[in-house]
Amino acid sequence: MTTTETAPPRHAGGPLPKVREKMGRRFAYAFLILSILPILVGYTWLVVATISTRTRGLLPTDVEGNLGGFTLSNWDFVFEGAIWSAMLNSLLIAVAMVIGVGIASTAGGYALSRMKFAGRKAFLTGTLVLHAFKAEMLLIAIFFVLRFLGDIPIIGDYIGFNTVGGVALVMVALELPLGIWLMKGFFDNLSWDMERAALIDGASRFRVWWQIMVPQVRPGIAALSLFTFIAGWNAYLVPFTFTIGTKVANMPVFLNQLMSDTAPTNWNLVAAVGLFQMIPLIIFFIFTQELLLNIYAGGSKGT
Amino acid sequence: MRVELDNLSKAWDGVIGADRITLDIADGELVAFLGPSGCGKTTTLLMVAGIYQPTGGTISFDGQVVNLVAPKDRGIGMVFQSYALYPHMTVFGNISYPLRLQKLNKGDIKQKVQAVADMMGIGDLLDRKIAQLSGGQQQRVALGRALVKEPQLLLFDEPLSNLDARLRLTMRGEIKRIQEDLGITSIYVTHDQVEAMTMADRIAVMSKGVLQAYDVPEALYDRPKTLFVAAFVGNPPMNFFDVEVMRDNGDFRAKSEAIDLVVPHDRGEKAAAADGKLIMGMRPEDVNLADDASPPAEGLTLIGEAVVVEPLGREDLVGVSINDVEMRVLVDKTRGVRVGDTVTLVFNTSRIQFFDPETEASLLWA
Repeated sequence: MTTTETAPPRHAGGPLPKVREKMGRRFAYAFLILSILPILVGYTWLVVATISTRTRGLLPTDVEGNLGGFTLSNWDFVFEGAIWSAMLNSLLIAVAMVIGVGIASTAGGYALSRMKFAGRKAFLTGTLVLHAFKAEMLLIAIFFVLRFLGDIPIIGDYIGFNTVGGVALVMVALELPLGIWLMKGFFDNLSWDMERAALIDGASRFRVWWQIMVPQVRPGIAALSLFTFIAGWNAYLVPFTFTIGTKVANMPVFLNQLMSDTAPTNWNLVAAVGLFQMIPLIIFFIFTQELLLNIYAGGSKGT
Repeated sequence: MRVELDNLSKAWDGVIGADRITLDIADGELVAFLGPSGCGKTTTLLMVAGIYQPTGGTISFDGQVVNLVAPKDRGIGMVFQSYALYPHMTVFGNISYPLRLQKLNKGDIKQKVQAVADMMGIGDLLDRKIAQLSGGQQQRVALGRALVKEPQLLLFDEPLSNLDARLRLTMRGEIKRIQEDLGITSIYVTHDQVEAMTMADRIAVMSKGVLQAYDVPEALYDRPKTLFVAAFVGNPPMNFFDVEVMRDNGDFRAKSEAIDLVVPHDRGEKAAAADGKLIMGMRPEDVNLADDASPPAEGLTLIGEAVVVEPLGREDLVGVSINDVEMRVLVDKTRGVRVGDTVTLVFNTSRIQFFDPETEASLLWA
């Protein structure tokens, strides 16, 4: 009942709300364009560089520095075996990660979302904390682990040091905390009733998971798969650290090997290989943008 | 199947969901668990289903304790409020799921599913996806899935709450008809007392995890054993007044500042035995407007002012203030009561109720 306060008249003197909103939007656009400009320039250079002998700024030039100098010779590497072996290794790592992370996260996420067991809370916080540790910190320890695994007869040849399997194993482990949390988020959003109905209908817990629950989180699995595939495809640090030579190099490592310490680097070649590496991802992305957006929406709910 | 719950309890870290529920359900009976949300009725149902492990007490089916029997081995079918259908399967896939898990041969499955679907009136929808069905159709699929394995016990968890009012009425009758035709023992959880009254053979009224009353619907309505039951059962709800009952010239009278009513001898005697203040209850339909043609006896009328008039169609629900004591009465709408009118109310005191304000127990139906 106090009348001592008098509210100031709305928008007194200032621009009308609609105008203000319009200006705000313009400002936002200007800000966004400015902030992505460096990246756009970078990509433009990348594309231009792959088809020219040299570049000056964003302009293609020939050896003498005159405008022009278009060439396809930077792309000659596609006719050599090394790039295809690197691509195969990249593919193997990425696919192994999709399968490994997919299965473990879908099972683990369900268990953490739905089941009660000792240490559940500790495990959840533990994985989150572990995710905060960067892979770099673990490199030396992982090196010893891989050496140990390599000494195991038979399977050691596939998952030890300097094998694609070993790299994939490490990458899966590093990606798991994120995957498990993500899938837990998706399972958390599902109703209990459906699960109860299936239990009453006569399904075992495993069957409930496999036949009833997993089909409900298919968008999550799809998004997670894409996410992991990209992570595996672009993996650099782990493959670089735990492989020697060209036989087990994946694409980013192959790219790095083009930049030698002793000879001058052909940057146009590096650009071409870089672009080549991106092509599968770009195609992937065009077809799956919506799913990729879904991963954030799904993961943030209910966790 | 006969169901017996004996001191059945459930608690989570000190939070009590169900507190020593004891009741028995006869073979073929439909029992409603009635109560407001959070009263423990769904908790109790899920214990009967085997989804929750009781923390105390036993559940027996036909005399066999089933506490440790897995849900799938209890011979039950369940219908959920959310229907809980499997959205990635067709109608056929949903209804046949329990049978497929039993590994019946395909011909039998087809035949049984078709029979159940026909009974539910969804025989021509078997190829549809769940998302293509209306709420009512989904409800029928859920019921079909529960019935197809020929359960000994049917469990309903507020199955009609998500349907619109008209459909609810239809499904109510249909569920009751099917349950009676098949003679399946059923437990029906609901917070809607009309649903419970119309469908159930007996109603278990629950509040805060405790079984308040367990009786046939008429008994709950006419002879409520606790204040909670009296308040919860019946729509519009019972009116309550603080009064004292005393003997006066051979009559028993319920008195307060606003109220002075003659109470029938049998009820008055029991109420007067409890000294001091008590709570009097009158249902809105047991109070009428005075009729000029037949003036009522002394001590059965009170005069008040109409403060609210809510037309219900057939009747008006009139809020009346008697010396600042508010009550609601159902009045024939031809009387045309309007807000501000002075009305003379006639109390049918043969249906009066009395409760102890401390224990909230009935003084009449101990």
